[in-house]
Amino acid sequence: MGQTLFDKIWDAHVVSSAEGFPDILYIDTHFIHEVTSPQAFDGLRKRGLPVFRPQQTVATADHNVPTWDQHLPIKEELSRYQVDMLTKNCKEFGIELYGLGHPYQGIVHVIGPELGITRPGGTYVCGDSHTSTHGAFGAIAFGIGTSQVEQVLATQCLLQSRPKRMKIEVNGKLQKGVGAKDIILYIIAQISAAGGTGYAVEYAGDTIRSLSMEGRMTICNMSIEMGARCGLIAPDETTINYVKGREFAPKGEEWDKAVAYWQTLYSDADAEFDSVLSFRAEDIEPMITYGTNPGMGIGVTQHVPETASFDVKEQVSYKKALDYMGLHDDEQLLGKPIDYVFIGSCTNSRIEDLRQVAEFVKGKHKADNVTVWVVPGSKQVQEQAIREGLDKIFNEAGFPLREPGCSACLGMNEDKIPAGKYCVSTSNRNFEGRQGPNSRTFLASPLTAAASAITGRVTDIREFLKEEELV
Amino acid sequence: MATKIFKHIQTPVVPLAIENIDTDQIIPARFLKATTREGFGNNLFRDWRFDENDHPKPDFVLNNPTYSGKVLVAGKNFGCGSSREHAAWAIADYGFDAVVSSFFADIFKGNALNNGLLPVQVSDDFLQKIFDAVAADHTAEVEIDLENQYIKISATGEQETFEVNPYKKACMINGYDDIDYILSQKNKIEEFEDVR
Ligand code: SF4
Repeated sequence: MGQTLFDKIWDAHVVSSAEGFPDILYIDTHFIHEVTSPQAFDGLRKRGLPVFRPQQTVATADHNVPTWDQHLPIKEELSRYQVDMLTKNCKEFGIELYGLGHPYQGIVHVIGPELGITRPGGTYVCGDSHTSTHGAFGAIAFGIGTSQVEQVLATQCLLQSRPKRMKIEVNGKLQKGVGAKDIILYIIAQISAAGGTGYAVEYAGDTIRSLSMEGRMTICNMSIEMGARCGLIAPDETTINYVKGREFAPKGEEWDKAVAYWQTLYSDADAEFDSVLSFRAEDIEPMITYGTNPGMGIGVTQHVPETASFDVKEQVSYKKALDYMGLHDDEQLLGKPIDYVFIGSCTNSRIEDLRQVAEFVKGKHKADNVTVWVVPGSKQVQEQAIREGLDKIFNEAGFPLREPGCSACLGMNEDKIPAGKYCVSTSNRNFEGRQGPNSRTFLASPLTAAASAITGRVTDIREFLKEEELV
Repeated sequence: MATKIFKHIQTPVVPLAIENIDTDQIIPARFLKATTREGFGNNLFRDWRFDENDHPKPDFVLNNPTYSGKVLVAGKNFGCGSSREHAAWAIADYGFDAVVSSFFADIFKGNALNNGLLPVQVSDDFLQKIFDAVAADHTAEVEIDLENQYIKISATGEQETFEVNPYKKACMINGYDDIDYILSQKNKIEEFEDVR
């Protein structure tokens, strides 16, 4: 019987495997950041252990950093302390740090791929659940807790049981204005925020194949939002062309060898999955979430579900979510006034996202009632955007381009959405308080976010695109 | 390094019948700035437990003196979202030894097990029975036996078995630690690196 892509990569990384024990899995690169690493380094000190393979560990500061005036010291004392602690730990244990001010600094899941560190066939972990992003290259990548960060620092290995395998196929042609973010929000809305728990999910089908690497990263990024252990997409020409020539990508003979191996990385035709789901691209509208988990999403023209449509046991949680969001049964989000638009996060802060938004907002201006933040995923993305003149387009539209970091994705740094305010956000989580205490998040694609910024209301991007075609 | 040991407990429970409780609720991101593992219990469920002025919200279960105990019982898909181990630390630091739910998110489950906090996954029906038992009598106790992998409602004697990875079970009962185990095979790791 054939093998799945996931199993091919997993098997190639098993150091040892014993009945009744989880496998010992070798990790190619371990990404670390300031929030989930300090206790792990402390643990090493207590055990008197070094970092086993410091040259396979990459650090950056992203969660806590301000996205304005980054050249100044971090104002918030605890954030500064945590970032300083990372610097100190990296120095003590011999780890390369792309800290604030470094030309490679950025959100950990943006910099790995753009530096050519993330490659097909590899294993990647990070103390951050959106590590699933890196699976877009046909790699096994997942988020781990701090005890496991310590484990990987100490051994370059992780004790893991093999998850089940799921295949999600999307075939067909997307409507205009519908993109990768809508695809993944649609899938999660269909199978729920827990629908992928226990699985490694391979995305396949011609719609997925037609996506750029950026789009594939957006899809894999949100695998965790359906509970999946990781998400991955078989590498192809698009993948190879993306990796080629990047800073740490293999070169010369090494490159040819690597490509030859990458071309063997696909699920065999007779490979068996524990679960297979299929969706039609034509069914996908621009998506928006209305609730407090990413599974609570609808097409932008649809209405919020009625409480009575849920199982009695689920109604309490459902009502709690609607109350929090200040919404009621059967409400339509389309046309609802909003206060903030956040374009950024490891889901949608890559150069392609910014280009797409810039192209759309060129010559337009944001509505007066809305504050817009555009936050590039990395220093390199920021610089590229400036080289292409996108910052000017953004400025004219009232969309200031900020400096790289996680920003308003998680309410940990200075960028927070105030209590009670609505934010159309391109990030990945709409949990209560995620963007700041009592903030209210509508997750959507960069295009939907940009269109909503222009009108000041939740907007169907397709309406705009139709008008533009007429002109 | 040894970790906390768990074998058997009998205790009243704290019921929290909400589904999809994510780790941002368990410990909001703004409290993740500490660089040690201790003290997170003070901010467990911070925004459900306290209002903007840091006053306890009387209708939240942790502020209700009627309920106490070493086991948190919660709705399905507990611990989804962020991988922050701080969520497991906060629950353990607050004083819980186990969490019972009808479904756990993967990463949370692993994090809990690595911190001597036992995630006990029961059927939807059994979960409801526990909620019913506590609603009938707030001092209702459950008994959790890791060795024999069962959970029992003391008053009614109803019980259910639960799954736990055999390796992780041995770790929790004996206080073993993953790093010691992996490092015991260091030569295999080096061999693996040599041949690839
Ligand atoms: S952008 Fe958001 S989701 Fe991504 S790593 Fe940062 S905090 Fe996590």
